[in-house]
Amino acid sequence: MLGIDLYELPLFFALQGVALYAILAGADFGAGIWQLLSGRGERAKRIREHAHHSMAPVWEANHVWLIFVLVVVWTGYPIAFASMASTLAVALTAAGLGIILRGVAYALRSGSEGAREVRAVDTLTAVGSVLAPFALAACAGAIASQRVPVGNATGDLYSSWLNPTSLMAGVLALLSSAYLAAVYLAADARRAGDAEMTEAFRKRALLTGSLAGVAAVAGAIVVRSDARWIFDRLIDTPAVYSVGLSLLAGAATLLLVARRRLDAARVSSAIAVAAVVGGWALAQNPVLLPNLTVREAAAPDNVMLLLVISILAGGLILFPSLALLFRLVLRGSFSAETVVKRELPRGSSSTFDHDAKVAGPEGGLPRAVTSTRLAAACFAVGGAFLVIGDSAWPHAIGVALLAAFMFLGLSALATFDEDPGEDARE
Amino acid sequence: MLAAMSATLGPVEQAYLLEARQMQALSFAVHIPLVCFGIAFPAMVLRAEWLWMRTGDELYRVLAMRWTKVMVALFACGVVTGTILSFELGLLWPNFMGTFGAVFGLGFALEGFSFFIEAIFIGIYVYGWDRLSPRAHFACGIPIVVAGMTGSLFVLAVNSWMNDPGGFTMRDGVVTDIDPIEALFGNGHLAYELVHMYLAGFIVAGFLVAAAYAVGRLRGRWGRYERIALTIPLTVAALAAPAQLLVGDWAAREVAKTQPTKLAALEGVGHTERGAALHLGGWFEDGEVKGGIPIPKGLSLLAFHDPNAEVQGLDAVPEADRPPVNVVRISFQLMVSIGTFLAALSAWYLFTRVRRRRMPTSRWFYRLLVLAGPASVVALISGWVTTEVGRQPWVVYEVMRTTEAVTAAEGIPLGYATLATFYACLIVAIAWILRRLARAPLQAGAEPEPEHNAAAH
Repeated sequence: MLGIDLYELPLFFALQGVALYAILAGADFGAGIWQLLSGRGERAKRIREHAHHSMAPVWEANHVWLIFVLVVVWTGYPIAFASMASTLAVALTAAGLGIILRGVAYALRSGSEGAREVRAVDTLTAVGSVLAPFALAACAGAIASQRVPVGNATGDLYSSWLNPTSLMAGVLALLSSAYLAAVYLAADARRAGDAEMTEAFRKRALLTGSLAGVAAVAGAIVVRSDARWIFDRLIDTPAVYSVGLSLLAGAATLLLVARRRLDAARVSSAIAVAAVVGGWALAQNPVLLPNLTVREAAAPDNVMLLLVISILAGGLILFPSLALLFRLVLRGSFSAETVVKRELPRGSSSTFDHDAKVAGPEGGLPRAVTSTRLAAACFAVGGAFLVIGDSAWPHAIGVALLAAFMFLGLSALATFDEDPGEDARE
Repeated sequence: MLAAMSATLGPVEQAYLLEARQMQALSFAVHIPLVCFGIAFPAMVLRAEWLWMRTGDELYRVLAMRWTKVMVALFACGVVTGTILSFELGLLWPNFMGTFGAVFGLGFALEGFSFFIEAIFIGIYVYGWDRLSPRAHFACGIPIVVAGMTGSLFVLAVNSWMNDPGGFTMRDGVVTDIDPIEALFGNGHLAYELVHMYLAGFIVAGFLVAAAYAVGRLRGRWGRYERIALTIPLTVAALAAPAQLLVGDWAAREVAKTQPTKLAALEGVGHTERGAALHLGGWFEDGEVKGGIPIPKGLSLLAFHDPNAEVQGLDAVPEADRPPVNVVRISFQLMVSIGTFLAALSAWYLFTRVRRRRMPTSRWFYRLLVLAGPASVVALISGWVTTEVGRQPWVVYEVMRTTEAVTAAEGIPLGYATLATFYACLIVAIAWILRRLARAPLQAGAEPEPEHNAAAH
């Protein structure tokens, strides 16, 4: 498969995870950045609302890519993971705090009322959205500039990620996140038929796209003087093709946005970001950390094989699910306009009588009595198996009977709809 | 290869090991109650939605929609606290990860996919209300429940491996002959840990939700909506709590078999003895329990089903290999006594429901139910303290010490303080949002989308 050996296959998948995280979570963080820069007033409020609504259904799924990358790296390349996590502890803590802010803000927003509260919550999102991508990109810069040695916190806790290359990577990550978000939000707004927001984010895309281009050139100069090793490898084959592809795709995106071809711009902007990750990987290959090649860091082959099988099997469930989510989102199924009060086939009223004496679901008393007796029997027999049994089989039977007890008990008791008159006795 | 790690990382000097452990414990203590909601709450929401689909009664739909908002807010907090945990494994315990990542990491890789499925379908479920057909919407909730179960399975596979490590060979400090499947799924602790934790999820989420409505009842809010909203979680918890007693007994016997030192710490057994007594309460000092109520031969009987069975004491292992007895023992006793209280309260409820065909009417029942909510969280945390501190001083039981696992990096106290501040704010934020969601007028629960409350104002 593309001449990839088993020992590097998990890293190959992890890098795809990095690229997907940079694109999807990048767009999410970028939306947060736009909330921060929205200013004040009615239009600012609309910008914040649009940024929030566009990302809300997908942000959780987008963030799981980071977990995916972590678990694949620590299973497949434990030495490298331990070295990175311990040396980059401060940066990763900062990123973690940013992620906490993002998640908490999301949870809070569903209950916020009034402009002031919403604005405060959006500010939380925004702070998290700057902190997390910056810190994570700084970590990438630390690894690329060979500042993470093998060992337990043997690199410098601060200068490893506070150095010209890392800072450049951080700035570039913020700009590219803002760029991605602007492209996506413009496309989402157009799909929703919101001309004002389409234009607002189209302009923002053009601005940040140009800035990202300038920053990329400036970044190249910085990296050349700060981390010559990775620079030389980035401008050498095969990495240079990927870097070139990124520049081309970035420029193409600008052109597409300028011509209002927003859905095509979505794709080309994603390619631009993915190609940066690809270029970095090709430039470093086969060096994972200084004096540690990918092969040296890799777990034994049997572990790698299981890991690859797990990833492929997981992917079989994951990708159709993701496709369903994104299809619903991109089709606009989750936008506010599509709300239809769905009726049950048998019909239902739109309100309920708070004090009505409505019967529970059919089934009635006799069935409930049988279930409770059966449930009690399951509990007694299951308990006996569990307590007296001393090996796997009796325990398995015991657990199954307890599960049956809960299931039967639930179906008999959880639908009870009490006569309100009951309370009068009190 | 892996030799490089052990050789390079070796033992480290870390002045703040205790702080590192506390930081990890704090992160678990915040995350695990949220996990309980991840495990159990989707099932309750689906139960309500199912009742709506079967009866057409709008009340169930309003209930399911209101609970969905709570579910998604708590899930978001669970996502970020879980992310922090996975960061911390590397930040605080790099030698543990570096040495054994290849052995148990697969468990987390599989859990990652469960987490993905949960996050995707929660997104669809939350935003699919009124946008998908009822049947399709209900179907999208099922993967959340299943992924909650498989997620616990894979995470607990790793924890049970730490308690009963297998699937590898240690030669001169180098890990070889790795068999991840044997390590994760071949150990004796997984089955009971999974069942114990899964039930705990239903107990904690059930009693906490029920407690919220019990508060309402004590304040006179007792319409049909509140009765049903209380009955669903309470029934779930009341069925799980008695079952948990039986599972707990099974768990303790497994610990007795494979981790005798942990059992000795749980029960405060200083010296190996036959026909060991069970002590209720008391304080462990100078190798024995002082001030507790002894039940002669009780421990031998309970743990080994033989009143004269030999129970290994703490003196069987060197002092350096013993866990801090009082922390473990008090946590264990707290868990067991709260568990018993919850089971008794459940019996009261189930008896009244089944025999009297009504809800308990005593105000004391509802007062105790209010107490049961937070008490179940205390029991949950005590349970984890029991098993985790009970494993000390080992991170991997009898293979790697916690002192060998810790990071060499400085600044743990600062990180700990920062995280503690963030988590204090997180808890306040959760309390605030839950109050907000509870305060929203009932019929407004039929509004299409959580955020639109905000936008409308």
